[in-house]
Amino acid sequence: MTVADYAFYLFAIVLTAAGLMTIFARNPVHSVLWLICAFLSASGLFVLLGAEFLAMLMLIVYVGAVAVLFLFVVMMLDVDFSELKAGMAQHLPVGLLIGLVILMQLTIVAGDWIWADAAPMLRAAVAPPPAEVENTAALGQLIYTRYVLLFQLAGLVLLVAMIGAIVLTLRHRANVKRQDVLAQLYRDPARAVELKDVQPGQGI
Amino acid sequence: MDFLDSNLGIFLIILGQCLLVTVLLLVSLAFLLWMDRKVWGAVQLRRSVNVVGPFGLLQSFADFVKFALKEIIIPSGADKPVFFLAPLISFVLATIAWAAIPFYADEESAWVIANLNVGILYIFSVSSLEVYGVIMGGWASNSKYPFLGGLRSAAQMISYEVSIGFIIVGVLISTGSLNLIEIVNAQRGEWGFLSWYWLPHLPMVVLFFVSALAETNRPPFDLPEAESELVAGYQVEYSSTPYLLFMIGEYMAIVLMCALTTILFFGGWLSPVPGIPDGLFWFVAKVVFFFFIFAMVKAIVPRYRYDQLMRLGWKVFLPMSLGWVVIVAAFAQLGVPGYARW
Amino acid sequence: MDGLLREYLPILVFLGIAIGLGLVLIVIPALLAPYRPDPEKTSAYECGFNAFDDARMKFDVRFYLVSILFIIFDLEVAFLFPWAVAFKDVGLFGFWSMMVFLAVLTIGFAYEWKKGALEWE
Repeated sequence: MTVADYAFYLFAIVLTAAGLMTIFARNPVHSVLWLICAFLSASGLFVLLGAEFLAMLMLIVYVGAVAVLFLFVVMMLDVDFSELKAGMAQHLPVGLLIGLVILMQLTIVAGDWIWADAAPMLRAAVAPPPAEVENTAALGQLIYTRYVLLFQLAGLVLLVAMIGAIVLTLRHRANVKRQDVLAQLYRDPARAVELKDVQPGQGI
Repeated sequence: MDFLDSNLGIFLIILGQCLLVTVLLLVSLAFLLWMDRKVWGAVQLRRSVNVVGPFGLLQSFADFVKFALKEIIIPSGADKPVFFLAPLISFVLATIAWAAIPFYADEESAWVIANLNVGILYIFSVSSLEVYGVIMGGWASNSKYPFLGGLRSAAQMISYEVSIGFIIVGVLISTGSLNLIEIVNAQRGEWGFLSWYWLPHLPMVVLFFVSALAETNRPPFDLPEAESELVAGYQVEYSSTPYLLFMIGEYMAIVLMCALTTILFFGGWLSPVPGIPDGLFWFVAKVVFFFFIFAMVKAIVPRYRYDQLMRLGWKVFLPMSLGWVVIVAAFAQLGVPGYARW
Repeated sequence: MDGLLREYLPILVFLGIAIGLGLVLIVIPALLAPYRPDPEKTSAYECGFNAFDDARMKFDVRFYLVSILFIIFDLEVAFLFPWAVAFKDVGLFGFWSMMVFLAVLTIGFAYEWKKGALEWE
């Protein structure tokens, strides 16, 4: 076995174990931390596949951003998790169904791109050979020109997400004093201050 | 040479390199800490540290021994594993980010532990994980001040990370590569220090530096540990070496940001004047210079209020850096000299 | 060994060293330093008051909003990275394709600004 094999088994075992712990940890915050551990090992696996850009993206987007949101939610909400656990048996069939669908989708993708007879040709037609172009540049050459429609759709999805988040969560509180920086900057000293000549013994 | 080419040989070489960099980093950190305190002392007209060793040079080592001999206090309501994991994470992340920092490179050799194709992304991603040390520390202590400090810090760090990302993209458009050595080499030119990226990307140098201050929770953005309201933020319940780990992690991240500024905008190990040879010396000198500015900022600038901090991040830095990406892209497309160097 | 993986091995080694060093630092005081906890010492620090309420409390929904917006902008940055690297290859079409993408998101940003989602109160 080479070092890469050892690394694969290390990451794979940690990933599986962390995934299981995510489900079985009693404390929800621990669950999220195990999930982060699973993300980290997954990005290790991406590196082993040679997909270094995806590995880094996994870290930046999932661990650095999405999991922070999860932590916020879990830390903030006073959810009674024992109650949720009780509903587990009820939701189990739905969960299994979703898992099955994802498994089928993965199989379809793998079948198309790896096992099918025409797969090597199909791959070669789209992407430049990995040895010549590093994979960040290879992605860049494809996304913005060949897959421009999907790319713009992704932009629209992000726009919808942004607006949706604001509509759902934004509540303005009354009676809050806000700082209007522009008003402060453009305040005219001549009009804000008035000089008065006060005579001795008279006052204003 | 056979042994050095075998798997074990390669592994031992890597191990040696890693140990060397770690030890050098920690030792230089000790002296940078000393320098930090000396600078504040000078600004505030105090003597500052001057007892341990000549000019107090050995103060950091004495501090280390003292930290190591103190009792670890675990708060009664604390979540023990997470409580210890938090400082460990902030130390480990701040350390491993250094694996991708190139110290010097020429045609034959590169003084870098891991010369990654995606070097800048690696550093960006590792520093985006640093927020976990803070959140976990704040949550695990089960105490109000740390919790509030952790939350504030998390929101602050993620707010400024977006601007840092956009600023990095601007540099990447000019370079056309994510590799840090290539980013530095793209700044080589016959004009010496005028060919570095700071000139074409001038507004972003300021933005990057200020975002780096916010990202590392340094004053004037040290709201997570604003002592007048939160005592010491997420570190309140920490003592002994767990606290030390937080502190080392924090300073390591600061020096990392100095190194990143040097590499992205100030030509890394390139010499400022044509004719003088490049070398490690320049890299170290530039990093120390930026660390000096970090120290001066801490000594001079008063602390921001939290709403002002968020406003600065989202309403000033974000639109500015995004706009700059568009401007750089347009300039590079039009072939304005200095913007496209691939 | 694969050239690409060869560059990542040092990171794994470095990670190992950093974790080891961190653990050693945590263990040292556990061996050398005194350990005498008492109820007052281990109680939560609250400037001399007794702690009331659980410390892990609910907090403002704005923290959510910030982190959701952060995810969206982070994804935007993620889309920009390969574009910046392949900038010379994608040509004018790639340039305008990204400009449209950024324009769409700038609309979202303007909406946020207008709605006051970026204000902290």
